[in-house]
Amino acid sequence: MTATDERPAEQAHEIGTSRTRKEDQHLITGHSTWVDNMVLPGMVHLAILRSPMAHAKITSIDASGARKYPGVVAAFTGADFADTQGNLPCAWPVTPDMVNPGAPSLAVEQVNFAGDAVAVVAARTKAEAVDALESIEVEYDPLPPVLDLEAALADGSTLVHPNTTSNKCYTWVFDSADAGSGASMDDARRDAEVTVTRRFIQQRLSPSYMEPRSTLVQPVDQGVTIWSSTQIPHILRTMLALTLGIPEHKVRAIAPDVGGGFGGKITITPEEVITTLVARRLGKPAKYTETRSETLEAAHHGRAQIQDITITAKQDGTVTGLDVHLTADLGAYLRLITPGIPLLGAFMYPGIYKFPAYHLSCDGVFTTKVPTDAYRGAGRPEATFAIERIMDELAAELKMDPLALRRKNWIAHEEFPFTTVAGLTYDTGNYEAATDKAVELVGWEDLRAEQARRREAKDPVQLGLGVSTFTEMCGIAPSRVLGSLSFGSGGWENASIRMLPTGKVEVVTGISPHGQGHETGFSQIVADRLGIPFDDIEIIHGDTQSSPKGLDTYGSRSLSVGGIAVVKAVDKVIEKARRVAAHMLEASQDDLEFEAGSFSVKGAPGSSVSLPEIAFAVFVAHDLPDGMEPSLNSEATYDPVNFSFPHGTHLCATEVDTETGRVKILKYACVDDVGTPINPLLIDGQVHGGLAQGIAQALYEEAVYDDAGNLVTGTFVDYTLPAAPDLPNFLTDRTVTPSTDNPLGVKGVGEAGTIASTPAVVNAIVDALRPLGINNIQMPCTPERVWRAIQSSGANDQGSAAASTQEHFDSTEGDAQ
Amino acid sequence: MIPAPFDYLAPESVEEVLAALAESGDDAKVLAGGQSLLPVLRLRLNAPEKIIDIGRIPALREIHEDGEYLAIGAMATHDDVLHNALVTEHALLLHKTLVEVADPQIRHRGTVGGALVHADPAGDLGAAALALDAELVIAGPGGATRTVAAKDFFVDIFETAVQDGELLTQIRIPKHTGWRAHYEKFVRVAHQWAIVAVAATVRMDGGTISEARVALTNMGSTPVRAASVERALVGKPATDDGVREAATLAAEGTSPPSDLNGDAAYRKHLAGVLTRRAVLAAAGE
Repeated sequence: MTATDERPAEQAHEIGTSRTRKEDQHLITGHSTWVDNMVLPGMVHLAILRSPMAHAKITSIDASGARKYPGVVAAFTGADFADTQGNLPCAWPVTPDMVNPGAPSLAVEQVNFAGDAVAVVAARTKAEAVDALESIEVEYDPLPPVLDLEAALADGSTLVHPNTTSNKCYTWVFDSADAGSGASMDDARRDAEVTVTRRFIQQRLSPSYMEPRSTLVQPVDQGVTIWSSTQIPHILRTMLALTLGIPEHKVRAIAPDVGGGFGGKITITPEEVITTLVARRLGKPAKYTETRSETLEAAHHGRAQIQDITITAKQDGTVTGLDVHLTADLGAYLRLITPGIPLLGAFMYPGIYKFPAYHLSCDGVFTTKVPTDAYRGAGRPEATFAIERIMDELAAELKMDPLALRRKNWIAHEEFPFTTVAGLTYDTGNYEAATDKAVELVGWEDLRAEQARRREAKDPVQLGLGVSTFTEMCGIAPSRVLGSLSFGSGGWENASIRMLPTGKVEVVTGISPHGQGHETGFSQIVADRLGIPFDDIEIIHGDTQSSPKGLDTYGSRSLSVGGIAVVKAVDKVIEKARRVAAHMLEASQDDLEFEAGSFSVKGAPGSSVSLPEIAFAVFVAHDLPDGMEPSLNSEATYDPVNFSFPHGTHLCATEVDTETGRVKILKYACVDDVGTPINPLLIDGQVHGGLAQGIAQALYEEAVYDDAGNLVTGTFVDYTLPAAPDLPNFLTDRTVTPSTDNPLGVKGVGEAGTIASTPAVVNAIVDALRPLGINNIQMPCTPERVWRAIQSSGANDQGSAAASTQEHFDSTEGDAQ
Repeated sequence: MIPAPFDYLAPESVEEVLAALAESGDDAKVLAGGQSLLPVLRLRLNAPEKIIDIGRIPALREIHEDGEYLAIGAMATHDDVLHNALVTEHALLLHKTLVEVADPQIRHRGTVGGALVHADPAGDLGAAALALDAELVIAGPGGATRTVAAKDFFVDIFETAVQDGELLTQIRIPKHTGWRAHYEKFVRVAHQWAIVAVAATVRMDGGTISEARVALTNMGSTPVRAASVERALVGKPATDDGVREAATLAAEGTSPPSDLNGDAAYRKHLAGVLTRRAVLAAAGE
């Protein structure tokens, strides 16, 4: 995709143009405002002492040594804030009987994961604060760690929290027969001609945003101003007020430049609360910035589920039922939407397929590990992985081509809108078109031929092909749906337009960008709609004082919800301007047409007035229509009527070195359908980053704990985050099937790459090795795991794996290809 | 990520470094390129009282020929050595190894001497030094120097023949002019330490291997010379069949670690596969 900054000379069409990002000017020239760069007069720096133990009673804690340390202003333990810190909020009580044992920001009596905060030091410099931590004495009485999910649910397990009777937080169930959206899964099991069951493990992942989390709090009046590296300044404001009992109108929350989030900054963090408590106690600005190791050991993780999945089908490949049981590792505490993450995936297990029957149950389980919460895709990558993996397993069982099996069961393009067995109504889609294009793009037939050649030649480096035909629900979300799921918030978004006297435009959005390019994309939308040049538009966001109403950025909602709010506000401006234009042109409003930023009288080409002219006329207000308020400014709050359902086909070819177990992606092609593209360059950026993170789950990343509950992957030496050299060239393309649920026809794209790619990679690896009898490899598919799978398949001396591959291959039916 | 407080010295000659070391005993750490020491300090895995920065001594960065040897100053950066024509000509294995060290940023800061003295068993340079029969020049109290063969230099994990009060000043490599070489490094992600790696350099006589030197990275607490592989390769054709049997001897006598990237048995298996590949790649260079 070639970027261009050139506006077509004649008719301005910003939408669809690959503009480079206007925000990059300051982001890449060192003029950005990261919280950690901010300095306020009298500011103290904080350092936090964290528990070295996974599970223990605090028998004594003494911070007096730290208070004597040079430069130290104060040191506090949990006891100092026990009466004021409250509990971190959980906004999603997924069932009426869900257990929330409480989540203090600073542990008071007990620590429940290694990394739990136990004390905080405020000093004149960060170095002094860090040094003084070593002078705090804590005695712990260890408790057994609770690490294994199934053991945690067993009778007699050590309880993570002493104020509970079980480590089970909740059980949530969806049943299509009960919901009236489908048939009975019991019947489907009874009548099944083919049944395939698998267990998949979604390993723990650490959201690795480039900017570690940082918070600065300034006590102001009876409240605070809080700058935080967050995705959710508006929610932070409300939740901080509720948690600490500060009147909401006395809290101003600001998200300045934020360096990525990936879901990791959609929560109210212990560190935000602790910084606020210290700043208010001392009456001084206080700043806390985590180290990368603190990100890994104390910021929330994602995924962490056991998935037991059963698919039933007829011999001809028609799927008849899907039964899923999830065991979700919630970690030690409930963060903002911890319990709901599996539910965000619960409606997506049926994927793009026409299942008659569906059942899902999910047990949420407490363990002595870092809490889990949103990570890019949040529930939907897990769902997509499970359904796309089990479709390949069913194809293998039936000796069908995995693409043919999908074609047989997916929703055909003429069947939209389609209400799935999970009760969701997909507005549009064209799975055939995306798949056909992806097959062409990757060179599927040639790759199959190459695979056969390598099998024939007993090549030690085998080839596998993986498919993922995904959809996802994003654009969070219709408020009434969130209400039906007991979510503690609506899903609308707000925008307002301010017309300035000189014809420039300020767009205020409740969306809170942290790297996506919203300023560019929203400017393009407004430029086209208002006929105002791209560069005359400013996007204002991320400060509850200047952008007072919003629900922030997550769930691929910024464009399909926030962008539509912008459109609605723009349309109100145009309607107000139309009245003024009619007055200025002495014409009837009905006779006016608005095009390229000017109103003109139909059929009278000479008479027109431009929006900047109208804006100035309204500013001076010398001659307005009688009774008209002298303002064009407009606001809109948009509540989406439906989720957004982007889809696509991702195809992956992996080489598997049977001698070492190493997997290399030879080719990766994806065709995504995200509706009408606003800026193809931004879309490609989102897809590329998403692919990197989805591939990383398949091959590289895992947060690993040892038997004592210590995080082993505490630095990027051990948490193997891939970089550009580890990833293939991505072949990307699009089909365009506009959404019918919003006026721009757009769908979300922020999470698509992550959601789609993981199963494509693992399916490819399994495909390479299936002739050996291998039908699963646990993620991340490390060389050692792949090699061990090959060894245990019976091909156990080097060099013979390929030979065995050939033997197995020869013994299967010809149509297994 | 802030180190514990320390005193900082930046001497401008080897003599001053030695004097400072003599004064400090074991409370001092020498800072070379800092690519290993700084993370150690920042993670507070170590908290020396004094840091002696040897980055301001130009003489320690020189690379030159010395008769039958190449002499490389301990403070030459990876990048300096990687792009030095003498190194490519006379110690190709070192060049091939350096290509695989970390990334360009680290190669511009990290030094060959620093990496060798740090003696991380997963570090890349030890195997090359061992395979090339390098000699390490160590300066001691008063300026006296001694020379230690690579095989005696690596003592244990993070431990070398360099004693308190001493400084590695130069790496001397017997010229291996005309030898072919390859460093086969096995990692999961490009910036990672080697899970296992094999340094191989061979002298060819037509299609036949007439001499071979092979050493292994991360197969024990120090780099390991695969002497039995070297012996078995002599006179063998540089073909898959010719090399395969010799390569199976690679893991003999090794005791590799077990960690997140693989257990000892897997590493032993890898050593065999990677040795075969390293030798074949070297012979084919």
